[in-house]
Amino acid sequence: MAFSRFPYAPAPESRSIVNLRPSYGLFIGGQWAEPADGDHFKTESPSSEEVLAEVSSAGPEDVDRAVRAARRAYDEVWAPMPGKERAKYLFRVARLVQERSRELAVLESLDNGKPIRESRDVDVPLAAAHFFYHAGWADKLPYAGFGPSPEPLGVAGQVIPWNFPLLMAAWKLAPALAAGNTCVLKPAETTPLSALVLAEIFQQADLPPGVVNIVTGAGATGAALVAHPGVDKVAFTGSTEVGKQIQRAVAGTGRHLTLELGGKAANIVFDDAPLSQAIEGIVNGIFFNQGHVCCAGSRLLVQEPVAEGVVEALKRRLATLRLGDPLDKNTDIGAINSPQQLDKIRELSASGEAEGAQRWTPACPLPERGYWFPPTLFTGVAPSQRIAREEIFGPVLSVLTFRTPEEAVEKANNTTYGLSAGVWTEKGSRILYMASRLKAGVVWANTFNRFDPASPFGGYRESGFGREGGRQGLAAYLKGPLDG
Amino acid sequence: MPAAGLSELAGSEASLRRLLHGLPGVDQVGVEARAAALATRSVKTTAKLWAIDTAISMVDLTTLEGADTPGKVLDLCGKARRPDPADPSVPPVAAVCVYPDLVPVAKASLEGSTVKTASVATAFPSGRASLSVKLADVADAVKAGADEVDMVIDRGAFLAGRYGRVLGEVQAVREACGPARLKVILETGELATYDNVRRASWVAMIGGADFIKTSTGKVSPAATLPVALVMLEAARDFTEATGRAVGVKVAGGVRTAKDAIRYLVLVNEVAGEDWLEPARFRIGASSLLNDLLMQRSKQRSGAYAGAQDFSIE
Amino acid sequence: MGEGRLGVRKTYKLYIGGAFPRSESGRSYEVTGAGGEFLANVALASRKDVRDAVVAARRAQPGWSSATAYLRGQVLYRAAEMMEGRRGQFAEVVAGAEGLAAGEAASVVGAAVDRMVWYAGWSDKLAQVAGAANPVAGPYFNFSVPEPTGVVGVLAPQASSLLGLVSVLAPVVVSGNAAVVVASQERPLPAVELAEVLATSDLPGGVVNMLTGRTAELAPVLAAHRDVEALDLAGAPEGLEAELEATAAGNVKRVLRRRKPEPDWAGEPGPERMLYFVETKTVWHPIGL
Repeated sequence: MAFSRFPYAPAPESRSIVNLRPSYGLFIGGQWAEPADGDHFKTESPSSEEVLAEVSSAGPEDVDRAVRAARRAYDEVWAPMPGKERAKYLFRVARLVQERSRELAVLESLDNGKPIRESRDVDVPLAAAHFFYHAGWADKLPYAGFGPSPEPLGVAGQVIPWNFPLLMAAWKLAPALAAGNTCVLKPAETTPLSALVLAEIFQQADLPPGVVNIVTGAGATGAALVAHPGVDKVAFTGSTEVGKQIQRAVAGTGRHLTLELGGKAANIVFDDAPLSQAIEGIVNGIFFNQGHVCCAGSRLLVQEPVAEGVVEALKRRLATLRLGDPLDKNTDIGAINSPQQLDKIRELSASGEAEGAQRWTPACPLPERGYWFPPTLFTGVAPSQRIAREEIFGPVLSVLTFRTPEEAVEKANNTTYGLSAGVWTEKGSRILYMASRLKAGVVWANTFNRFDPASPFGGYRESGFGREGGRQGLAAYLKGPLDG
Repeated sequence: MPAAGLSELAGSEASLRRLLHGLPGVDQVGVEARAAALATRSVKTTAKLWAIDTAISMVDLTTLEGADTPGKVLDLCGKARRPDPADPSVPPVAAVCVYPDLVPVAKASLEGSTVKTASVATAFPSGRASLSVKLADVADAVKAGADEVDMVIDRGAFLAGRYGRVLGEVQAVREACGPARLKVILETGELATYDNVRRASWVAMIGGADFIKTSTGKVSPAATLPVALVMLEAARDFTEATGRAVGVKVAGGVRTAKDAIRYLVLVNEVAGEDWLEPARFRIGASSLLNDLLMQRSKQRSGAYAGAQDFSIE
Repeated sequence: MGEGRLGVRKTYKLYIGGAFPRSESGRSYEVTGAGGEFLANVALASRKDVRDAVVAARRAQPGWSSATAYLRGQVLYRAAEMMEGRRGQFAEVVAGAEGLAAGEAASVVGAAVDRMVWYAGWSDKLAQVAGAANPVAGPYFNFSVPEPTGVVGVLAPQASSLLGLVSVLAPVVVSGNAAVVVASQERPLPAVELAEVLATSDLPGGVVNMLTGRTAELAPVLAAHRDVEALDLAGAPEGLEAELEATAAGNVKRVLRRRKPEPDWAGEPGPERMLYFVETKTVWHPIGL
């Protein structure tokens, strides 16, 4: 590989800390249950294609049971419970996530394929932080600016993606529970395991049965949940395409909906940027989590005077990225989560070449088993090309150039998405100018891909609506005066 | 950009200022995050052994005390040539670093070995003396046989924006060094910002430094990972721009093998593997060497070594 | 309509981009009062008029949203002043439209003016109430501000022709959105009157566009329009809401559902309608030397 002189020896995190059961049921009403009308499926490690466990696929009847369990828990236990008691449950959960953090990190890397460095330093600590942050809200809702006695919505049906399985579960569950709702969570088909360990944590925390129910399965399970009349609130994170289907499914039902969908973020580098940090920000922006990030900085917009230098520096930096075993502590780029996703990345990358962009990847041998895609850079990308417009959701960066701030804004906003954007310049007034004109829910200036439970996250336009995190995020789980 | 072009750009105070202020800024949070991320690299087994031996070969074994004596320096030189007499496979260190008056002692003791004699000079550590005194200090050291001279820049002049003055001193010392290698100490603990570290690095390199060095060891903070990162980038960029290779020396506060390995990771991933040799990277230290030896022995035998297993100088 | 004199009947036009065009379709329809008496002819907007209105709104929105909040407040307050000056006329059309006695109509108009004043005052407070500096766990300054969603389609309430209209329109535009309004189908004259007020106020053309016509014909066009970012269904026709909502999913519109029955607009509204049509934008920046 790149470091012939100083090849770091393999440094794998031990997987013995993870005790996987051969088979998992559904988590309904505080109990593990076999699917009544569902089936089973296998979840594999995308880095080795090894089967990790067998997981239940919930059918409509299972979903119904889960929703009814959530309703019962809502009516009888969770909604009537004083906020300060709900808070203590959430604090317990937060603490347990911290205590089992290594196990969760290893499990996440096994099931998802992401590098242990990221699951250990980002996913799991942030998941714990989300429970901590929202635990504190549970008994302070009257001060959150939603009236003197804000009420929960009821039962929340939550469908989450495979890119940050545990973290997305925390983003969904923590605010919903803090606000007094009960939940039915549907983890992604390819990454169900950390949510199932989270179910164990709920048991450990003595969370009342039915407050959180976890139904694993594929799209059909999610569709059944979203369409269930007993669900008061639907929350979805995933692709814009599925988000639209859900919005249609919920239309006319009066059910509440928040959507956190795709993105095609511009990462804008001006000629007066702190260039070394910008390079890091670009790399972190698109190669973090193999680019399986809805807010990934997938379109690099570089000001022409520094474009050549930035591309050169990027190439040098990309050559140092270490791709391989997700459990190795030195791995920077892990496996692509599924063969389907790999196909999509390959297809879009091929379109980039076919449409005339120049493709570059560092010398980067790929492991023989598993699903892999090397860090890839496209230069000479025209705004009209598919790789400049469509979400690739992989480690593929499209480089475009601009001349003036106006042009940068215009190009950055020239998308149907609006989740995030990056700006790199040392000129303060320009940062604020750009931040105010970019149509994006999150603007990272001189940084990228930072997340915090106190910081609202969510998109403009077809990137969805509603926010997660911060005071604003609570609104998604509280009744407002405009409801019904 | 060729070196000649650079010195032209640096020809006047105004053009030098433009050059330095035209360098890209350094974002503190970003550079510290990057350094912290690299510090999580896990270096184990064979890689660790390689790193320990490489680090030993990069040590500038240093004593810079008012209480230094020829006896102390001789002890150090013995250690430098054969860090572990029980194990001849341990490489010698890169250099022994002393005050100018002790250069003859070190030089004589290191005769016939690969270990260089390095001397601090230019009114080390404060640099608060006239240029003529500083140059005399350098001349003294070189005349006594120093292979390498570690000078300090005038931080007062630098912080006052008198970059030309700083550059002029470096150039004058460069001249006075003759064939000796010049290491220019920036004393980054007094420079306050990473922007200043980058600018000072360029002044030193334009002035003819063979190495840019973080610290005297007399000011806290001394070497830190993010400071080293900025300097390694500067050395890399300068080398790339001019074709003249410049090395980096970290000094002060590097006490454990773990610290040293973190620096090597930084060197590897920031400047590149060309810098993974004593000609381009040094670690100024004293107690570090014994920790490297202890870790080396642990790696080889599997048993933890005791403090008394290695000589204390 | 004084005695002995034949009244001059006016055909009201649309209000698009600050101008008063006839419907591109050339169509108009008769508006009658609560008692069935003829009131006026108004333009019957077509899907192409919706298109033109969206184009006008899109063009006007960036300038309006980058105006200072203080200025937006001043402009809305000025509109309220002008409404106040035309209270009599407003009372007349409201009375005609809603079948109210003169005194009742006057009090509705008063409430509508007050509502405009109330929202005008929100312009430079909304961000303070809805925004925040967020204490993130790291060396970053992080703040959130509400920003306008963009172009908002507004189906004005069908019953409350002026107070209801102002109550849904003002919260949309005060934060910097531009609106394409479909006026109450059967009671459009107060909306047209309001458009005439807005046209002579300082509100930039295109920030508010007022269409009259069949809600059931225009609403689906707005719901499907990909350059409309949000939709207020306040006056959506019974039975059409689910379809509109589903259509709106085509570009993930924010949809504010209709409340049933139509609420009493007299009560103090609270900030929720404004908050529905803003996007929280969060900005991060490192703190360092």
